[in-house]
Amino acid sequence: MELFINQVLAGVATGAIYACMALAVVMIYQAIDHLNFAQGEMAMFSTFISWQLMQWGVPYWWAFLLTLIISFAGGILIERVLFKPLAKAPILTNVAGFIALFAIINSVAGLTWDFTIKQYPTPFGSSPFLGSQLISTHQAGMIGVTLLMLLGLYLFFQFTRIGLAMRAAAALPESARLVGINTSWMIALGWGMASAIGAVAGILIAPVVFLEPNMMGGVLVYGFAAAVLGGLTSPLGAVVGGFLVGVFENLAGTYIPGVGNELKLPIALALIITVLVFKPAGLFGRAIVKRV
Amino acid sequence: MSAAAEDVVTEGQAVEAVPKRAMTLGVGTSLVILAILLVLPFLVKNFWIFQMTRVLYLGLAVMALNILTGGSGQFSLGQSAFFALGAYTTAVLMEHANMNYALTIPLAGMVAFAAGYLFGKPALRLSGIYLALATFALAVAMPQLLKLHFLEGLTGGVQGLTVMKPDAPFGIPISADMWVYYFTLAITIALYVGAVNLLRSRSGRAFMAIRDNEIAASAMGVDVAFYKTLAFGVSAGITGIAGALEVIAVNFAAPDSYTINQAISLFLGMVVGGVGWLPGSFVGAAFIIFVPNIAESINKGLSGAVFGVLLFIVIFLVPHGARQVAIIAEQLMGKLRK
Amino acid sequence: MTALLNIKDLRAYYGQVQALHGLNFSLNEGSLTTLLGANGAGKTTTLRAICNMVRSTGAIEFEGAPLGSRSTESIVRLGIAHVPQGRGTFTTMTVEENLQLGAISRKDSAGIVSDIERMYAHFPVLKQRYTQQAGTLSGGEQQMLAVARALMLRPRLMLLDEPSFGLAPLIVRDLFKILGKINREDKVTILVVEQNAQLALELADQAYVIETGRIVMSGNAKDIANNEDVRKSYLGY
Repeated sequence: MELFINQVLAGVATGAIYACMALAVVMIYQAIDHLNFAQGEMAMFSTFISWQLMQWGVPYWWAFLLTLIISFAGGILIERVLFKPLAKAPILTNVAGFIALFAIINSVAGLTWDFTIKQYPTPFGSSPFLGSQLISTHQAGMIGVTLLMLLGLYLFFQFTRIGLAMRAAAALPESARLVGINTSWMIALGWGMASAIGAVAGILIAPVVFLEPNMMGGVLVYGFAAAVLGGLTSPLGAVVGGFLVGVFENLAGTYIPGVGNELKLPIALALIITVLVFKPAGLFGRAIVKRV
Repeated sequence: MSAAAEDVVTEGQAVEAVPKRAMTLGVGTSLVILAILLVLPFLVKNFWIFQMTRVLYLGLAVMALNILTGGSGQFSLGQSAFFALGAYTTAVLMEHANMNYALTIPLAGMVAFAAGYLFGKPALRLSGIYLALATFALAVAMPQLLKLHFLEGLTGGVQGLTVMKPDAPFGIPISADMWVYYFTLAITIALYVGAVNLLRSRSGRAFMAIRDNEIAASAMGVDVAFYKTLAFGVSAGITGIAGALEVIAVNFAAPDSYTINQAISLFLGMVVGGVGWLPGSFVGAAFIIFVPNIAESINKGLSGAVFGVLLFIVIFLVPHGARQVAIIAEQLMGKLRK
Repeated sequence: MTALLNIKDLRAYYGQVQALHGLNFSLNEGSLTTLLGANGAGKTTTLRAICNMVRSTGAIEFEGAPLGSRSTESIVRLGIAHVPQGRGTFTTMTVEENLQLGAISRKDSAGIVSDIERMYAHFPVLKQRYTQQAGTLSGGEQQMLAVARALMLRPRLMLLDEPSFGLAPLIVRDLFKILGKINREDKVTILVVEQNAQLALELADQAYVIETGRIVMSGNAKDIANNEDVRKSYLGY
C-alpha cells in the first residue's frame, strides 16, 4: 500500500512537470492553432541558461527569476522573427518550422554546453518530506511551485485586462480585433508566457533527469499527450491531464510486467488514444461541431 | 442560442489542395527526366549511384506519405513503422527462407499494406493532431518491438539481419550497385505511374474529396471509411516496398534504422517537395539525404542548427515547397516564349 | 453637416472574385443610414471593407482623414464600432466581461465603470444576467449585448450587420427603438445593414440600396419606402 501511495505521489510530482508543459503547449495552441514541437527544447535551453547563471555565481532564486525574464523575451523574439512570417503559410509548413526550430535549439545547446550530463541543484533538498517516506522534499517542491505558478496564471487571466484581452484573442480573434485588441501582439505574449512556463518545468525537473540537451524529449511528448487528453481547448484540462499522465506513467511502470522504460511511452500514448476514441474532445475539451 | 458546451466550426481545409491537373509533370518533362535517370549511372562513380538509389526509394516513401496526407488529408508521423515492416519482411525472407530478393518485394508490400489497413481502421475516429499522435506512438514503439527478446530468432534482435547484395542477373557486366539502381528505378517508375493513376482515378477523387471536406464528401455518398483505410493501406504498402528496397541496397536491417527521426525526415521531405505534388517527393527525398550532409560540412558541431536554418530558408522562400518553384519556373518559361 | 465617413470608388475582392464594383457614398455626422439589398449583394462586404477585413481598393475617409491600410484593430480604435453578422459575442465569457472587452482599448477606468452602468440602464436584462456566460443568453439578449459592447467603445460611428437576423419582430422593434435613441441622445452615427427593409426604413433617415456590388438607389428613407417600384424591384415587398 505504501508503495502504491509512494508511486502515486511520485506520479503527481512528475505530473506537475507534464502539467506545466501541457499548459505551455495549450497556450500556444489557443493562440495559433498549432502545436509547438520545439517547446521542450526552449525549456531545456532556458534551464541551461539558469545553470550557466548559477555557474557564474548567481544565487538560485535570482537565477530562476532572471531566467524567466530571459525566457519570456526569447519566446516573444522567436515568434516575431520566425513564426509571424509563417502565419499565412500552410499548416504543414508551420510544422516543418517547429521541427527546424527544434533542430537549431538542440544543436546550439549541444555545442554551447556539450552533451555530457550535468548535475542540477534543487533548493528543496532531497530528504523525506515532513519525515515521511512517501515523498521527497524536492518532489513536494515541484508540486508546490507548479501550484503557485498555476494560481498566478489563473489570477492573471481572470482578473487583469491583458489577461482578458488574451483570452478574447484566443477565443475569437476576429471579434477581438473588432474591440480594438491587437491580436498579433497577443500571440507574441502567449509565446513569451508559454516559454517562461516551460522554463519553470525544465528547472524543476532537471535535478531529477539531469541536465543535458536531450532531457526534455520524453517530457514534451508526455506534455502533448496530457494536453490532448485534457482537451486542447482547455487549460484546466491540460493541467489535470498532466497530473493524470504522470500518475499513470508511474503506476504502469511499477505494476504492469514487461513494461520497461522503452515501452512506457507507447503505452501511455496508447491509453490516451483509447480515451480519445471515446471522447474525441478530450476530458475537458469542448465538443467541436463541424459545419460544412 | 448556441449551447456553451459546443463550438461550431466551419471546417477549413487542413491540407492545402493541389488542383488535379497540376499533380504531375508534363509528358515532355517526364521523358527528359527519365532519359537522364537511365543514362546517369554510366557517368558517375559508384558512391553517387548508391546515393541516387537512396533518392529513389526514399522518394517512394515520401510519395507514399504524399498520397496519404496530400491525397486523402490524413497526417502520419508513423511511416517509419511501415518502412521497417517492409524492410524486415525482405530481410527475414532472404535470410531465413533463402527467397530471391525480387520476390520479396511484393510480399513486403503486402505485409505493410495489411498493417496500414489494420491501423487505418481504428484511426478512422482520429484526425489532425490526434492522428499524428497515434502514428507517432506507432513510430516510437516499432524499434522497441523489433528488439523484443522473444522475436530475436526471427529479427536478429538489436543487431538486426544482414543480407547479400544481389549481382546483376544473366551475367550482365555492370556493378552490383548499378544493377540495384536499375532494379530500384524500375520499381519506382512502376509505383509512380501507379500512384499517378490512382490519384486520377475514382479512388483518387474520393481521397481528395475527403481531404477537402470530409463531411461534404460523406454527404455526397463517398464511403469515407473505406477510402480512408484504403489510403492508409496503399501508403503503407508503398512505404513497405521502399523499406524492402533499402535492405537490398544497404544489405542490412536493424531496429535503430527505423526510428521516429526517419518518420520526421519523411515528413520534412513531403513539405519541402510540396504537399500533394508527387514529383516533388523526389526533390524532398534529395533534400533530406543531401542537406544534412551539406550542413555537416559547413559546421560539424552545429550541423543540426545549420540544417534547421536551411530548412527555415526553404520554407520562408517557398512555403509551398518545390511545387511552388516548378510553378514559378513554368510562369517564367511562359513569359520567355512570348 | 459634415461627412463623417466618405467612401469613394470602393472595390472589394475575395481572392479573385470581385464583390464590390466601385461604391460611392457618404454618411453625415449624426445620421442614421441603412444599407439594403438582397443576399449576396455586398452589404456585409461593405462593412468589412470599412474595417479592412477584406482586400479592397478605393478611398475611405473617416473624420476627413483617409483610413489607408490601417489594421482592423487600429480602425476600431479611431472610434468605429462594428457589430458583425452573427454578433461575434464572446460566448464563453460573462456578460460583464463582454462589456469590459468593448472598452478594452480605453484607458479611463472610472469612465468604463460608469459606462457599464449606463449600458445596464439602457438594457436592464443585461444587468440581470451580468455574471452569466454570454452563450446562454437568448438571441435578442445577445444582440442587446453586442450593441452594448459596441457602445462601450464610445464610438463616433457604429456599423451593424443584420441586427434583426433570427429575432422575433417584437424584439427587433425594441432593438430598433433603442438604436434610434442612441443615435439621437448619444449622438452616434449609425450605419445599419439589413435584409429586413421595412423596419430598417422606418428607423433610418437615409437609405442606400445595393445590388451585386453596386449602389442602385439612394436617398431619403421615407421616399424610398413610399416608392412602390423600388420596393418591388429591389426590396421584395
